Amino acid sequence: MGARSGFLAAVLAAFVISGLFTGHPEAAWPLAQLDDYLLNILILAGINVVLATSLNIVNGHTGQFSLGHAGFMAVGAYGSAALTQINGKACLAALSFLGPCAQGGLFVCALLFGAALAALAGLAVGLPSLRLRGDYLAIVTLGFGEIIRVVFQNTEAVGGARGLTGIPPQTTLGWTWAVAALCIYCVSALVNSTYGRGFLAVRDDEIAAEAMGINPTRYKVTAFVVGAFFAGLAGALYAHLIGYISPEGFTFLKSVDVVVMVILGGMGSTVGVAFAAVGLTVLNELLRQAEQYRMVAFSLLLIVLMITRPQGLLGGMGRFFSRKGGNP
Amino acid sequence: MNEFLQQLINGLSLGAVYALIALGYTMVYGVLRFINFAHGDVFMVGAFAGMYFGRWLKPHLVGWPEWLFAGLILLLVMVACAALGGLVERLAYKPLREKPRLTVLITAIGVSLLLEYTGQLIFGAAPRGFPSLLTSAPIAGLGGLHVSNIQMIVLGVTAALLMCLHYIVMRTRMGLAMRALSLNPTAASLMGVNNSVVISFTFGLGSALAGAGAVFYASLYQAIDPFMGVLPGMKAFVAAVLGGIGSLPGAMVGGLILGVIETLVVGYSQVLGVPPGYRDAVAFVILILILLFKPSGLFGKTLKEKV
Amino acid sequence: MNRLLELEKVTVRFGGLVAVSEVDFHVADGELVGLIGPNGAGKTTLFNLITGVYTPTSGSIRFLGQEVGHMSSSDITGMGVARTFQNIRLFSSLSVLDNVVAAFNLHLKSGFLGALWRGNAFRSEEQSIREEAVRLLEIFGLAETAHAPCRSLSYGDQRRLEIVRALATRPRLLLLDEPAAGMNPTEKVELMRLIQFTQERFGLAVLLVEHDMKVVMGICQRIAVLEYGRKIAEGTPAEIQRDKRVIAAYLGEEVTDA
Repeated sequence: MGARSGFLAAVLAAFVISGLFTGHPEAAWPLAQLDDYLLNILILAGINVVLATSLNIVNGHTGQFSLGHAGFMAVGAYGSAALTQINGKACLAALSFLGPCAQGGLFVCALLFGAALAALAGLAVGLPSLRLRGDYLAIVTLGFGEIIRVVFQNTEAVGGARGLTGIPPQTTLGWTWAVAALCIYCVSALVNSTYGRGFLAVRDDEIAAEAMGINPTRYKVTAFVVGAFFAGLAGALYAHLIGYISPEGFTFLKSVDVVVMVILGGMGSTVGVAFAAVGLTVLNELLRQAEQYRMVAFSLLLIVLMITRPQGLLGGMGRFFSRKGGNP
Repeated sequence: MNEFLQQLINGLSLGAVYALIALGYTMVYGVLRFINFAHGDVFMVGAFAGMYFGRWLKPHLVGWPEWLFAGLILLLVMVACAALGGLVERLAYKPLREKPRLTVLITAIGVSLLLEYTGQLIFGAAPRGFPSLLTSAPIAGLGGLHVSNIQMIVLGVTAALLMCLHYIVMRTRMGLAMRALSLNPTAASLMGVNNSVVISFTFGLGSALAGAGAVFYASLYQAIDPFMGVLPGMKAFVAAVLGGIGSLPGAMVGGLILGVIETLVVGYSQVLGVPPGYRDAVAFVILILILLFKPSGLFGKTLKEKV
Repeated sequence: MNRLLELEKVTVRFGGLVAVSEVDFHVADGELVGLIGPNGAGKTTLFNLITGVYTPTSGSIRFLGQEVGHMSSSDITGMGVARTFQNIRLFSSLSVLDNVVAAFNLHLKSGFLGALWRGNAFRSEEQSIREEAVRLLEIFGLAETAHAPCRSLSYGDQRRLEIVRALATRPRLLLLDEPAAGMNPTEKVELMRLIQFTQERFGLAVLLVEHDMKVVMGICQRIAVLEYGRKIAEGTPAEIQRDKRVIAAYLGEEVTDA
């Protein structure tokens, strides 16, 4: 037993909870009176969990260093909005056979479409970046992220620098945390298998991994594609939460935000990174009044952390699947 | 033809700035094998230092000739940047000397953000005007070309600085120590080179050049802000990779080439069918192309990992 | 005898340095061959050529009759060549067991999707891989430490773990790069016995680089000697011991070398 049932339970829980906290005042359930502000933070936290755990498979488990996560997020956001906003009417008409579920069906299609486009972008970034390590890779992924952003900025069809408004706000707490559960499950399931030990082997010693018949190229590209897929999902959720996206929301600094979550949580620790994502989202909200001090404090924290505790604040915490018993 | 020459001169003066920043990346990479992400932000601090020095000193040095005053500011900025670079190295990077490169890289990103947001806190987020140190005047008698004296001075002073750098690296004891360290740190320290001092000196030297680049950049574009270092910093890094990271001539040539290509792409955007908005993507496309086809750059050597 | 590995006039240059020069050499199926030579003679470079870390400048390397000189390291391992490293290269953040498990990747049936779906086939395969890994560890006396981080092992145990990890790829040819380095004489003898045992049990051909002449002479059927990148002698241990060039080039230095 274990993993799969655990995951199903988590998804179910996400939906039930979301049913309770729909946030619509007319909902019958008393808990539904959940404050809009709080609800938003919970959803944002879920999106950040998706972003951080998916970056973790690239930066943590596979030992690459990507600084372009915001780029993939942007692809997912714009890609999904292309279905629901730009071509919304046509798409809804095409899905009219679903009856009352057409709206929800379109949303799912949009999420998957955005994620698939992001995964393609991940493939495009992963392939040429393979020969590079460490700091070089960081700069190239950063460059790719910036190119993606500049392309959106210069494409009038998606609003150019002004951005895209009027995206239907369909992201709910349930959807978000179901995706988060799916993401955590996928990353943990992948890593905790004989197949997935390959990611860690590539991280620890690429030359030895190759000598053991592990193809580092394949693992790195896989990590990039999986990471980008979930970043795309996160971007799509974000677009349908806020209802407005612009290239300015997906700059290098957004990537850095996610990197900080991964580092604080401890690279390679799925649970730690998920907690760090939630923690940082909440902290960000608490510090909203002190916006200008927030980033100064974060960067100082990053430096001090690297000098004193490079494994991260939460690093070394238990993994999602316990390895002690020996059975997967 | 005139149009092309015009773009070329604009590109060269921008490229000179990239070259000056790129030298810092390349030198630090030479001795420590790591990319100092915060280098672009030292450049930004240099621009603000120039602004404040200019404002404070102007009333006190009324009688000075303009060129002497500008030279003094340039010198002060270079010294200030060297101090900042050395300080950053001592506080943030030195404790990590034996740590994995990724740890150092993340620290460098941290330092970069710290400088940017501290800058924002102190200088404000809005762009500020940079005082004109020299009166800008077009140089006459060049046919239809619009070339300002500032562009020419930037090119000339950059050339002079590069010659100084060449002298320091090739002719002085410190330069010899730098070269020894970049070849083999352990052997260098066994031969009596004080690695710690040499590394700090290298950071200082690279930062001083970035400071000079900042004064030139600010004089050419006249607006400065706390995030102005991000893009030129990254582009200069691309220039360093283009020239072959670790190679000083490579960084100079890479900087000039990048500046020219970028200017030409924007200048001929209609001919090329590339909207001018893609200006900032040019460098990254070049970076990806080099890394795909000639990762060692124009002047670099390929290094193979010892197995 | 059936030739497993064949090298023909293999040469590699690094800039001006000719690290390996026109080496002809072969290993037959099930053979235990020693490769000796002074420091810097090109033994590890030869290993790196055979395993695809370096590409030969000229000459040909064939494994099972197929040219492998330009193949990638992982593909060559896939064909049945495994190696250990002179400067230990374990997967340092993994446990002892996981180091071995990672090397089972090559013959894994359930890949990416299997790991996600975690069905019955996946679970039974994971189970059997784990059992086989433990069995291999047992042979080398490492089963007790299976869940310990590999970094916590002693130097000698790390070398043994490298051999186990290489065996997990199910090789036909095993290249051992100074597996007994840093061990005391008793440990060395024990390790050589273990190498002989695994060679027979798994029907492997073994190519062994080792500094200790006594050790090599004791177990190898055939020995090749490198000096300055050239093969200067080849033959049975007895022949090598009598060879004048070997004595001049290598045995004479061995005294100061050790």
